[in-house]
Amino acid sequence: MDNRNPSDGTPGTRNPWRRLLALPNESRAKTVIVAFLVSAICAALVSGATVMLRPIQAANRAAEEQARIAALVRGIPGMAGLLEQSGGTLSTVVIDLASGRAADAVPPAALETALADPGNWTVLEPEQDIAGLGQRPDFVQIYLLRDEVGRVSLALLPLSGQGYGGRIDAILALEADLNTVAGIAVTRHSETPGLGGRIDEAAWQAGFAGTALRDPAGAVRFRVASGPAAGDYEVDGITGATRTGRGVTRMVRFWLGPEGYGPLLDAMARGEF
Amino acid sequence: MVRSPAWSTLTAPLVHQNPVMLQILGICSALAVTTTLATALTMSVALTVVLTLAAGVISLIRRHIPETIRLIVQIVIIASLVIVIDQVLQAWFAELSRALSVYVGLITTNCLVLGRTEAFARHNPPPRAMIDALGNGLGYSLVLCVIGALREFFGKGALLGQTVLPLASEGGWFTPLSLMLLAPSAFFLLGLMVWAVRSLLPEQAEAPQHAPPPRAEVER
Repeated sequence: MDNRNPSDGTPGTRNPWRRLLALPNESRAKTVIVAFLVSAICAALVSGATVMLRPIQAANRAAEEQARIAALVRGIPGMAGLLEQSGGTLSTVVIDLASGRAADAVPPAALETALADPGNWTVLEPEQDIAGLGQRPDFVQIYLLRDEVGRVSLALLPLSGQGYGGRIDAILALEADLNTVAGIAVTRHSETPGLGGRIDEAAWQAGFAGTALRDPAGAVRFRVASGPAAGDYEVDGITGATRTGRGVTRMVRFWLGPEGYGPLLDAMARGEF
Repeated sequence: MVRSPAWSTLTAPLVHQNPVMLQILGICSALAVTTTLATALTMSVALTVVLTLAAGVISLIRRHIPETIRLIVQIVIIASLVIVIDQVLQAWFAELSRALSVYVGLITTNCLVLGRTEAFARHNPPPRAMIDALGNGLGYSLVLCVIGALREFFGKGALLGQTVLPLASEGGWFTPLSLMLLAPSAFFLLGLMVWAVRSLLPEQAEAPQHAPPPRAEVER
């Protein structure tokens, strides 16, 4: 290319940069080049900052998520005391219910998105569906409390099932043997106030602590009694709330069974967590 | 005492030419982020840094900005700086960044920034442009911090998160004025500040745009 100067006829120099700066501001070439340079430099600046700061931001977000989970679990009445007694650190794992293993492909942050996809739900056959759910998610977020050496000392498992007035959501805390209930917290229900609604009373929930779920043969024996509890596998029934009690029984039985956390509990018993 | 021009460029925007109180620029963010002193301070620092850097950069290339795309060039530079600041806040001041939510990003559209770069930085060498920008940033910060401090003090009985007045709900005597935490109170406070400054410095008062109509005789 020769040293023609497009518009004003000033003698061009060999240096293209100087030639560019010498162009009149209003020339089309300079307008385009300035626009391009400004955009390129700004893009480099923004991308550089984003890429360099991303690890710090990710760490921040993880810490925030951890604090949120801890606050969530501590905010559930009945769970706070339990966590304090057990000590240790709380972690959250998304598990694949069918295999009972951690679902590495679904981080906790992506769980909501994953569950928005109907493909990640399993429709339950009527004979399996003892809790009246119709379908259950393939992925569930559970919380594990680990002691100093990293062993699971408490497993918090979310449950849900059909009660008398509507769905009951609860979190069941299992002790390290995975058979003894450490506690339960009902997070949502729409049972009749004063009757079935008493399932969110701490006095009733206290009866769960120490109850065994399965007999030595492995069959789930847990039930809410229709009166006072009789035996290791029962908790007291609530007077006038037989159907709520039955709903809770079925909910616990479903979620501890093969369609629920059965595979997970087997994996945990093998020491996979 | 002889004042250097740089000094007067820096200090004029604090009260005499305050961008918020005199020119009523950038009040959207001034109202939105002043519920506590901490957010007001962070926003002030972010805006001052963006404004100063943007003024410096734009002043540096002022002779080579084509007239036809000058606003776009300025906005692109300002927006990039804002994104960088936002990322820095998210990395090291995550808590404050959440409190400020979108308002850091909205510094881009703060008319104060574009106003200073367009009106001043484009015609002045970098040192002067940056001093002017710093002064305007500090003027904005002053108003923000005063409003933020007043709102936090009366709305929560605290300053920078430290309880100053013992709250009635915790056994003290002070009942917080919840109105202070709502947006209208920022309007009131800003209005009162403008009124106070214009009473003390009458030359800031604008000439009335309309003469009031002559009072009609009331017939009985």
